[in-house]
Amino acid sequence: MSFPHRSELEATTRLSRHQGEAEARSLEGWRAAGGYEALRKAIGMAADEITEVVKGSGLRGRGGAGFPTGLKWSFMPKDDGKPHYLCCNADESEPGAFKDREVIRWTPHLLIEGCLIGARAIGAEHVYIYVRGEFFEETAVLNRAVVEAYEAGLIGANILGSPWSCELTVHAGAGAYIAGEETGLMNSLMGNRAEPWAKPPFPAQAGAFGMPTTVNNVETLAAVPMIVEHGADWYRRWGTEKSPGTKLWSCSGHLVRPGNYEFALGIPLRDIIFDACGGTPSGKPVKAVIPGGSSTAFLDGDELDCATTYEGLQEAGSALGTASPIVMDADTDIVAAMRRIAQFYAHESCGQCVQCREGTSWVVRILQRIEAGDGRVADIDTLYELCEQMTGRTICVLADSVVFPLRSSLDKFRADYEARMKPTLVAAG
Amino acid sequence: MADNGAQATITLRIDGVPVTVPRGTRVIEAAERVGVVVPRYCYHPGIPTRPAQCRMCLVEVEGRPKLEPSCTLQATDDMVVHTASDTAREARQAVIEFLLVNHPLDCPICDAAGQCMLQDYAYVTNQLASRVDEPKRIMGRDRIADDILYFADRCVICTRCVRFMRDVAEDDALIVAQRGDKAYIDTFPGRELDNAFQGNIVDVCPVGALVHEDFVFKARAWDMDATASVCPGCPTGCNVTIDTKENQIVRVKPRHNAAVNSWWMCDYGRRHLVMTNRGVRAEVPLIRDGEALRPVDWATALAWLAERIETAGSPGGRAIVSPNASNENLFYLGRLLEKLGVDGTEFRAGRGETAALPTVPTLKLRADRAANIAGAGILGARRVEKLTNGAGPDAEPGSLIVLDDDLEGVDEDFGASAGFFLYLGTRLPAAARNADAVLPIATFAEMDGTFTNFEGRVQRFHQALTPPGSARPAWMILSRVLARLGDGAALSDIAVAFERMAADVPAFAGLTWDGLGLKGAPAAGPARATAAEAGA
Repeated sequence: MSFPHRSELEATTRLSRHQGEAEARSLEGWRAAGGYEALRKAIGMAADEITEVVKGSGLRGRGGAGFPTGLKWSFMPKDDGKPHYLCCNADESEPGAFKDREVIRWTPHLLIEGCLIGARAIGAEHVYIYVRGEFFEETAVLNRAVVEAYEAGLIGANILGSPWSCELTVHAGAGAYIAGEETGLMNSLMGNRAEPWAKPPFPAQAGAFGMPTTVNNVETLAAVPMIVEHGADWYRRWGTEKSPGTKLWSCSGHLVRPGNYEFALGIPLRDIIFDACGGTPSGKPVKAVIPGGSSTAFLDGDELDCATTYEGLQEAGSALGTASPIVMDADTDIVAAMRRIAQFYAHESCGQCVQCREGTSWVVRILQRIEAGDGRVADIDTLYELCEQMTGRTICVLADSVVFPLRSSLDKFRADYEARMKPTLVAAG
Repeated sequence: MADNGAQATITLRIDGVPVTVPRGTRVIEAAERVGVVVPRYCYHPGIPTRPAQCRMCLVEVEGRPKLEPSCTLQATDDMVVHTASDTAREARQAVIEFLLVNHPLDCPICDAAGQCMLQDYAYVTNQLASRVDEPKRIMGRDRIADDILYFADRCVICTRCVRFMRDVAEDDALIVAQRGDKAYIDTFPGRELDNAFQGNIVDVCPVGALVHEDFVFKARAWDMDATASVCPGCPTGCNVTIDTKENQIVRVKPRHNAAVNSWWMCDYGRRHLVMTNRGVRAEVPLIRDGEALRPVDWATALAWLAERIETAGSPGGRAIVSPNASNENLFYLGRLLEKLGVDGTEFRAGRGETAALPTVPTLKLRADRAANIAGAGILGARRVEKLTNGAGPDAEPGSLIVLDDDLEGVDEDFGASAGFFLYLGTRLPAAARNADAVLPIATFAEMDGTFTNFEGRVQRFHQALTPPGSARPAWMILSRVLARLGDGAALSDIAVAFERMAADVPAFAGLTWDGLGLKGAPAAGPARATAAEAGA
């Protein structure tokens, strides 16, 4: 729940404005709040028109990679006679991120509406919402909403009385981070192990069940109804040229007021941490922030003035990712934090690519040893070399996801590592 | 694009060498054409799926930011590939180092040592020391099938075994269980690995993770000799390699032949071949001396035989041959039968279970349990279900010639009434003691020769073992007997022996020993029909 907000932030609270309102969870309440009007409008539009509006809005994928959504939709083949599928990626598992689950929990109909509009844009006959296995409550909420929407003729045959039909299935995963990677998600959806596949084939060529498929994040699809309703220019009132719109932020770590927030893209990271979230509970300075979820690079306490846009965080040497800053105050042990992050990725590696399967767990073992005070100076070189070999060598980017925080922690907090090393013997002069 | 699309071939450069390949060829295969073998684990030419997951075959392509897996990368016109650039080599070296993080380095007791792609590449990438100083993950050993052991710690999770079962044998018995560095190969929960072709998972394993239990700790790679051969288990004629150690067959592996068995063979053939080691063999020529059979040397035996045949009484009689006898053995026996005026040659063959590999139509374990039924048909033998006792009333005074039939199920006095009873065999069954002479011959594994498979394909096999005692290939013995009778020369060279047969038998016309090569060649048209009938 995106709460509490400061009053001046409410102007940017668009996507999450009904979060916290129990009534909005039901179809009746959602319609009272103006729900499904965007869908009605979209049904009156041609598929290409919807794609053009979304393209014009500059909406970028909210799942981490930030790929322009309208452009992704335009990759879907036209009139190829094959069934098309839309997969909504609700396998939110990035450590630090807890925004999609709030969208589902409070505004399930918003997501359903966004999915249907997306399906219409790409000519999909079936939407699969792939929900993370651990999201029991969210799955239940979503299923209730889907039943309501089916009963109201909002999903299924002849939606809202139009000739257009589209089915929607909620599919619960079994709880694997890698099922959030789009090809892993589709493999899992098809009943296989959630193993990413080497592209090509790209999802728009041959995705789920071998058919053209688009995979979009929950927040991305949830942003679509308001864009369709109000237009591309309206959405561009917020944010910057390259990063338009508003964005949900899952703020966690050493903060007085952790939680979900919605801001216009581009506000300084410092404002998020200190104004919205109230700074650190200990009052000590911020030592480090991982701004985009655990797979993005560390920023140190002097780098907080960067703009929270895709390009701004990239310039700062990190990434917007899933917009889930994890804030660490001055007392944080960076080696322990990094070890914990690496453990997560070692545990979640699917095990296909050698660099990831063996590399992630090797990194963990080195970090555990350093943490235990048994480190050697050579370990730092080894870790840097592992970073080199684990980047850009694998089918998906899970291995890279360890490298971003690892390499930046070595660059920026080397002293933390060296403080845990065994004293080096210096030959007597 | 449209112009290029119409072209059937494209030309690219691999390590500086231009190579022209059909459109759609993957870089890893294009590279092989110019003699560049890109290291690989998960890629196997016989398995259709290419997950590109071992990341060993990464190559550098000019103009592309990242290294690309050459097993899935389609060759395109003017592509410039470097398989051994610094970046590609470093990436490969890193893969090896990663693979060795948890590997037990138990090469001294591993059956794959010496034939292990992990060991080979570790040497090639010059990694003689490891930086890994952490405790290893230990998983131990498991029985994955009745006769196959799985050493999980040696496994590189290339999934060749899983994909062989799923995509070639179309049996989803194997899976990858768990994930990350805890991943291992297992049977699907509630399923057993029980497939007639499952032994192939051992052959495709690039390391020592999967081992046949009957081979475990039996022989080191460098102590074995490998011989190209053909499986005698059924008329399919799978091309195999026989691995021998100290004159014993210790292992049999399929040998690639696109026209017959692709990369595979069935488990029956594998076991059957290894079992040919067993049994007591006939080792010396024996000739009749009153009530007894007297051991003699070859010179005595051959002289005795020639004289006996020249002075033989009434012509006629019958011959019984083994459908596992080579084409050459059958042909030279046929020449001798002509001398003796014997014109009825019979063979019998056992039958058993059949099994098919769904994705390779030519590869089946066929019902008949003999290699050369088609060859026997071409060379004039007729299949019978049961042997009649003796030489038959009409041929009573005539000859009875037996070539390696085991005489199982005949009466005690079998052949006793024949005018002349010659037994050529690898063993000495009780009924053979009625013979006037017993000549010890080599098994197919102890000589060179050819079989004709179910569809008339003539295939060479080679001598893998030394025959015991004085046993010799039957064609060699027979040509010597014939030479003494004025029919041709005494032959020692299989190529000459084959060509004499080819000149005489229309079905084999035009074939030469060298021309057959290691993949064989089809017999002439009409023979194929004969072969098909005989092998049906």
